[in-house]
Amino acid sequence: MISFGPSEEQELVRDAMREFAADAIRPIARACDEASEIPQDFLETAWSLGLTSTQIPEAYGGAGEARSLVTNAILVEELAVGDATLAIAAVAPSLFANAILDQGTEAQKQALLPRFCGETFATGALAVVEPGALADASRPRTVAEAKGTAFVLSGQKTAVVMGDRASHFLVTARVGDDLGAFVVPRDAAGVVVGEQEKRMGLRALPSTSLALERVEVGPEALLGGASGADVQQLLNGSRTALAAVMLGLSRAVLEYCVPYSKDRVAFDEPIAKKQSIAFRLADMHIEQHALRQLVWQAASLLEHGEDATRAAFLARSYAAEKSMWIADNGVQVLGGHGFIREHPVEMWFRNARTLGVLEGVVGL
Amino acid sequence: MIDFRLTETDRAQLERTRAEAMICRRYARELDENEEEMIPDTLPEADDFYAQAGPVPSTGPEDTQGPVMMLLQTMGHYWGDYSVRLKRPMRGGLGNAALAAAGTEEQKRKWGDLLLSMAITEPGCGSDPSRVATTAVLDETTNEWILNGEKIFVTTGIRAHGVVLWATIDKSAGRAGIKSFLVEKGTPGFEVPHKEKKLGIRADDTAAYVFKDCRIPRENLLGLDESIPKASSGGFRGVMKTFNMTRPLTAAMGLGIAEAALDATREELEAAGVVLDYTAGPGGLGRLSAAAERFMRLEALFEASKLATLQCGWMAGQGLPNNLESSVCKAHAGSAVRQITQGCIEILGAAGVSREHLFEKWMRDCRITDIYEGTGEIQRLIIARGLLDYTRHDLK
Repeated sequence: MISFGPSEEQELVRDAMREFAADAIRPIARACDEASEIPQDFLETAWSLGLTSTQIPEAYGGAGEARSLVTNAILVEELAVGDATLAIAAVAPSLFANAILDQGTEAQKQALLPRFCGETFATGALAVVEPGALADASRPRTVAEAKGTAFVLSGQKTAVVMGDRASHFLVTARVGDDLGAFVVPRDAAGVVVGEQEKRMGLRALPSTSLALERVEVGPEALLGGASGADVQQLLNGSRTALAAVMLGLSRAVLEYCVPYSKDRVAFDEPIAKKQSIAFRLADMHIEQHALRQLVWQAASLLEHGEDATRAAFLARSYAAEKSMWIADNGVQVLGGHGFIREHPVEMWFRNARTLGVLEGVVGL
Repeated sequence: MIDFRLTETDRAQLERTRAEAMICRRYARELDENEEEMIPDTLPEADDFYAQAGPVPSTGPEDTQGPVMMLLQTMGHYWGDYSVRLKRPMRGGLGNAALAAAGTEEQKRKWGDLLLSMAITEPGCGSDPSRVATTAVLDETTNEWILNGEKIFVTTGIRAHGVVLWATIDKSAGRAGIKSFLVEKGTPGFEVPHKEKKLGIRADDTAAYVFKDCRIPRENLLGLDESIPKASSGGFRGVMKTFNMTRPLTAAMGLGIAEAALDATREELEAAGVVLDYTAGPGGLGRLSAAAERFMRLEALFEASKLATLQCGWMAGQGLPNNLESSVCKAHAGSAVRQITQGCIEILGAAGVSREHLFEKWMRDCRITDIYEGTGEIQRLIIARGLLDYTRHDLK
């Protein structure tokens, strides 16, 4: 049955995250961007909300709440209204943990999930993006050669979020004609973690390159064990999550432009009273509203174990196009103020373009 | 619970609608080319179809119901053709909706079984109905209203048995002076000079009406309220309220056409060996052809519009005020269906504009979506006022 009604639980999550985004995220977003750094304090505060551990079963140390990807999409949207960078950093551990939770073997769950239920911030990282133009996460060049029951991984990854501090990497690679994902401990021989990457947007988000120089891992490293994992499903979740981030960013722009345009006076009246501005704001609202439905659809299909490849593709590509459009117009609504770093809109503009081309940096 | 899955029964219902719609599509081209002809009320295939298709599947509490299902069914019907129906319902004109919303019990009894059109638009007034120039003057000696004026773009205007007519009883009162009147066909002074000639939906029944000293009984004033409210425009808003479910329905109509264009384009692409690969990520555009990439973008646009429309219907079903959302989905769909049908033709090349196919017809047919029931501009005005918390005096 088609229904658009959030549950009471989802409404509670939404309200709590909205408050957190306004109180703890937005106020520090600009400083983080300027410093290209996220304070550890923030990560610990976010950690204490249980963003990752809440949906991990009690058997592994979590709170055992029902796993809901729609709830998480709502959560991610709200955090990203505060700031995309900090939102991604705050939920980064979930990306890794939920991949293990959804697709790992029992042994993998037992070994890894309790790490995400402790007192202090802990994280793994997903390594799916590869360097070079037109690199496609669905077609990695990184390979895993079988060596007896073990695997030898060779390849290069980039945009590994939390690469600087992750205890484990989940690395996608070709295994013969198939795709596989491997849990690689940071200290495995041949793992080379690069420097903090410098980007136009999401400047404060810790991310590194990752070189795999003939890294040998045992059969227990293969996500899902002998039957393997559904890497596409993993990407679908990450694409949907990215769409949710871009949705949050779009809303941030809109919610900033509305009061601004009511305050800013030109030719004796607020610019919001000019149709050229008012209609632009209307279009921003229309697009973010429509985008939300696409995000929910993809998240809901994923939640029910349906094939969400198409839905996730549509949500992500629409989000990339429209969030960029919204951020671009946000700059235009603010005019000169859109161009100076006193206002956050220029940052959102840079972040929108960045988010639209990333992959595997956030999950549900 | 937020859910986007159709049940088996939902699917069966929608497949049945599509099967019906596909039959209607056979008549689409011929009726478009011969727009003077009236569309048959029943197609020759109707009896066979209903005999074979059996009864409409019964639905349970798990199934999609109410306005959401109604919108999906509407998309299904318009996917076949805008105008042609296997068996046309004899009621359910826009005027019937107004009667149901604002009529007295006596009026509903008397007029309820008739097909009623709704006449608002005039040669000099469209999106701003407060400019209505058709007049209704009360003749107290005979207790009759005397109607004078011209109406255009009257949907189902030829087939309708009567009309809910917007006219002013006091021009100086502006919007507050506008009232609705029930007028039966055949009343002296009520003429239907012609069917409109249009860009699209050519076969559709769209009429022009002329009223020349047309006299109707005093009790034909819809709702029987002759007073002119001073400050507010309550009566006017009462009529505008009927637009809240019609906006998503109008969006759904256009989206049905857009989906027809997308489905047919997808078939052509597949036949030409173009691969639509949804596994492609942001760096994966290199392995999509330009046609595939363009098409998949249009699909995203369609899906976004469809979901926004269903969401609006869902709100109506929950009894939630959906005034803003209905403008949002109408504005989104109005623009989306234009881009989709025009984009499909761009992908297809010359075949797209050939009258051998329906692509060009779909593009013409759905162009009305962004115009009627409030143009895209009017919807944006409503949305912007809502966003900015402005009245219609603050933002004109």
